[in-house]
Amino acid sequence: MASFKINGKQMTVEADADTPLLWVLRDDAGLTGTKFGCGIGMCGACTVHIGGKATRSCITPLSAVEGAEITTIEGLDPKGAHPVQKAWQELQVPQCGYCQSGQIMQAAAVLKDNPNITDAEIDEQMTGNLCRCMTYTRIRAAVRQAANAMKGA
Amino acid sequence: MDTPVNTPILSRRGFLVTTAGAGVAFSFLTACDQTAGASNAPPFEPTLWYSIDNNGIVTVNVIRAEMGQHVGTSLARILADELEAPWENVRIKHVDSDPKWGLMVTGGSWSVWQTYPLYSQAGAAGRAAMIEAGATALGVDPASCKAENGQIVSGSKKISYRDIVRKGVAKTYTPEDLAKIALKPVADRKLIGKPVTSLDIVEKTDGTAIYGIDAKVEGMVYGCPILPPTRNGSQVNYVMDAPAKEIKGYLQTVVLKDASNTVPGWAVVIAETWPAAMKAAKAITLEYTPGPTANVSEKDIQDHAAKLIANPNSGSVLPLGNTNTAPAFRAAKSSIEATYTTATALHFQMEPLNALALQKDGKWEIHTGNQWQSLVLPWLATALEVPETDVVMKTYRLGGGFGRRLNGDYAVGAALASKAIGRPVKMIMTREDDVKFDSVRSPSVQKLRMAFDKDGNVTAMEQHVAAGWPTEVMAPFFMPKGEKDVPFDPFAINGANHWYTVGAHKVRAISNDLANKTFRPGWLRSVGPGFTNWALESFMDEAAHKLKMDPVAFRLKLLTAEGANAGTAPNSVGGASRQANVVKLAAEKAGWGGQLPAGTGLGLATSFGQERDMPTWVACVARVNVDKGTGKVKVEKLTLVADAGTIVDPDGARAQMEGASLWGLSLALHEGTEFENGNVKATNLGAYTPLRLADVPELDITFVDSAEVPVGLGEPATTIVGPAIGNAIFNACGARMRHIPITPAAVKAALV
Repeated sequence: MASFKINGKQMTVEADADTPLLWVLRDDAGLTGTKFGCGIGMCGACTVHIGGKATRSCITPLSAVEGAEITTIEGLDPKGAHPVQKAWQELQVPQCGYCQSGQIMQAAAVLKDNPNITDAEIDEQMTGNLCRCMTYTRIRAAVRQAANAMKGA
Repeated sequence: MDTPVNTPILSRRGFLVTTAGAGVAFSFLTACDQTAGASNAPPFEPTLWYSIDNNGIVTVNVIRAEMGQHVGTSLARILADELEAPWENVRIKHVDSDPKWGLMVTGGSWSVWQTYPLYSQAGAAGRAAMIEAGATALGVDPASCKAENGQIVSGSKKISYRDIVRKGVAKTYTPEDLAKIALKPVADRKLIGKPVTSLDIVEKTDGTAIYGIDAKVEGMVYGCPILPPTRNGSQVNYVMDAPAKEIKGYLQTVVLKDASNTVPGWAVVIAETWPAAMKAAKAITLEYTPGPTANVSEKDIQDHAAKLIANPNSGSVLPLGNTNTAPAFRAAKSSIEATYTTATALHFQMEPLNALALQKDGKWEIHTGNQWQSLVLPWLATALEVPETDVVMKTYRLGGGFGRRLNGDYAVGAALASKAIGRPVKMIMTREDDVKFDSVRSPSVQKLRMAFDKDGNVTAMEQHVAAGWPTEVMAPFFMPKGEKDVPFDPFAINGANHWYTVGAHKVRAISNDLANKTFRPGWLRSVGPGFTNWALESFMDEAAHKLKMDPVAFRLKLLTAEGANAGTAPNSVGGASRQANVVKLAAEKAGWGGQLPAGTGLGLATSFGQERDMPTWVACVARVNVDKGTGKVKVEKLTLVADAGTIVDPDGARAQMEGASLWGLSLALHEGTEFENGNVKATNLGAYTPLRLADVPELDITFVDSAEVPVGLGEPATTIVGPAIGNAIFNACGARMRHIPITPAAVKAALV
């Protein structure tokens, strides 16, 4: 059992302590925007924010999030209009879209910590998120566009 | 599949006839409801393919799977343009399987090409019907009317489609009438070729897009399969699940009985949650009698391929006209021969395989993402022992297709588990099992030969290709016949039947039966040309260097657009001259022939895409840098040019070129695994390493401006990047690569 906040709402879950957070989000909280990809933390499709940090929920056990504040793609912005989401929409980044919740959550966390991100840092910080449709050139451009928008704001 | 067909060419024409046949059942059924202003007027449904409701909303029915290509947007724009419907009033409906749709398949980069004539005609017919009904309503001569922006206008009078539908429309067209309806002139197009925001973008940025893995029904339980030691022929003898009973939520383990033999040797662990099912699956012990391929390795498969190639009587020779190459080789002044290989490659689509199956009101419902509903429905019916009409596949977004979900085998596992326990089962595979159960791209072996006369002219060419044949294993009715009526898998040989004029031309396709037994071969993005064009375009470069000719000049000399390579209307107007054009453009744009730093080289490759019947002309120049010390290859830039005829959705087309070209790069340098003890060795991202963002080069993509027939763009670029990189490596450092994936060790070993 664990209690934590998801997207600002308090939640208590009755599940084994070793249950991956990913499945609690998807099946208990009904937040299916976070995706299952590899199950070993190497594709990034399951990325959420825990205490503001980009975290792979598929390898995060329930026991590790007691009292935590968790944000999923559904909670990133009430209107789905976070600067990263807007950049993704304007540049039409998604193809199949399956990895994009994770990409967006990764980018949002990275830009919050590093508003003056360099191109090399974008490559370094985003390279852990696999996109099998290979939308990479647009991801690069969208992170840059979002960074500029956030600085301008 | 309703009608077995002989060739994919005929079959695809068959689809057009079938679907067009459905389209020409053009009775405009809407009753003449004259209740002016009534909001309960039924929609106007001029064809199966769309309706206009009493608010003027046009809903376009899309039978193609959405897997990242924004297919609904492209197809709806074709229809809406002819219909003169305002884009903001257009909606897309991805429909469930139903025999009325005809053949449901999404692959081969066919969607736009196949649908274009049908939807153009359907839209134009609707426009004509609106003009006629609108003229009546306005009391004017139809000849004085034109359709624009969802309205019929005659001088100062006008009426909206909404109001026409509210008045009721009745109209019947015969096929002859339909054929007379003229399509709009290219200059009058308002949507085709214009920028648009795809209708599926926003939902893919805010977590609301629903994929197969997100499907839910009341009362469902979860299933996690336990796979047998071999893909085929294994049998479960014993299940020991006592330790699983300690796991909270574990319910039971079922050994599937599968009359369709789609998922032999499967057991499925059932639990209240998926984590519990997965955990229980690890705790359960099964004993098997393994199938006959339990010890097969990649080397076994490739050695077998080489043996098959060495036997001149194996395989099927494609009917390409003059295939008698022996005299030319006997008379040749010189010749060249080389063997190329490719390793097993995985789909590794991001969304692991899954399906939700349930029985409702006597019918089976399968909720999943799938690319070829018409292929899997008969398997499901056989497995469930029900008529095909009792199975319906509900359509969901695909978290990547790339050909994996053309083979719907995974759905059978879910359906049988649900049947066994009498409850809805949501089956999800772990990533490792998704990979082990993948319908991989078969490893391949190819031998190429070319004969030259005393002046260095090409007088004959041969390409012998041995690989696993997906179509033979899963859809043999799709196989055309070669010489002597020997069938072949077009999706394991296409690309070798190229547009170069080479004199006598022999292309031999050979099914690797050991591959077919060991795994279920798959159609992977770009199918046959993914390996045939690797060999062909590497070999063209080797031939040019042997003749001491520039590889671009050598190709242009052979792309003469003569005889069979002249092209035919409507699909391949211009023939090889259009391929020559993209080769020239790509070379120019990339600065071919210019000075480069040491260790840096340019390499070019070209292709006509997937099929001669639907050529997409593409060329790529890769610029690479090779570190001679380590053998490491850095791709610095890819310059790509495509002539795909009319471009319906410019940004979507560009996105497909971006993704397809980077797939080509990834397959050439970053992917590949091998069979070991009957299974693939790499089962997750620790060992299987597709391209990541940090290794993505600069892309320079150009489309040739064209009003010709729109053709496919999802795959062609995949086939040219690998050989362009291989050729660039040779030009950078003299190392000739004949195997993909290209490893630093292989580059070092080939350095002279």
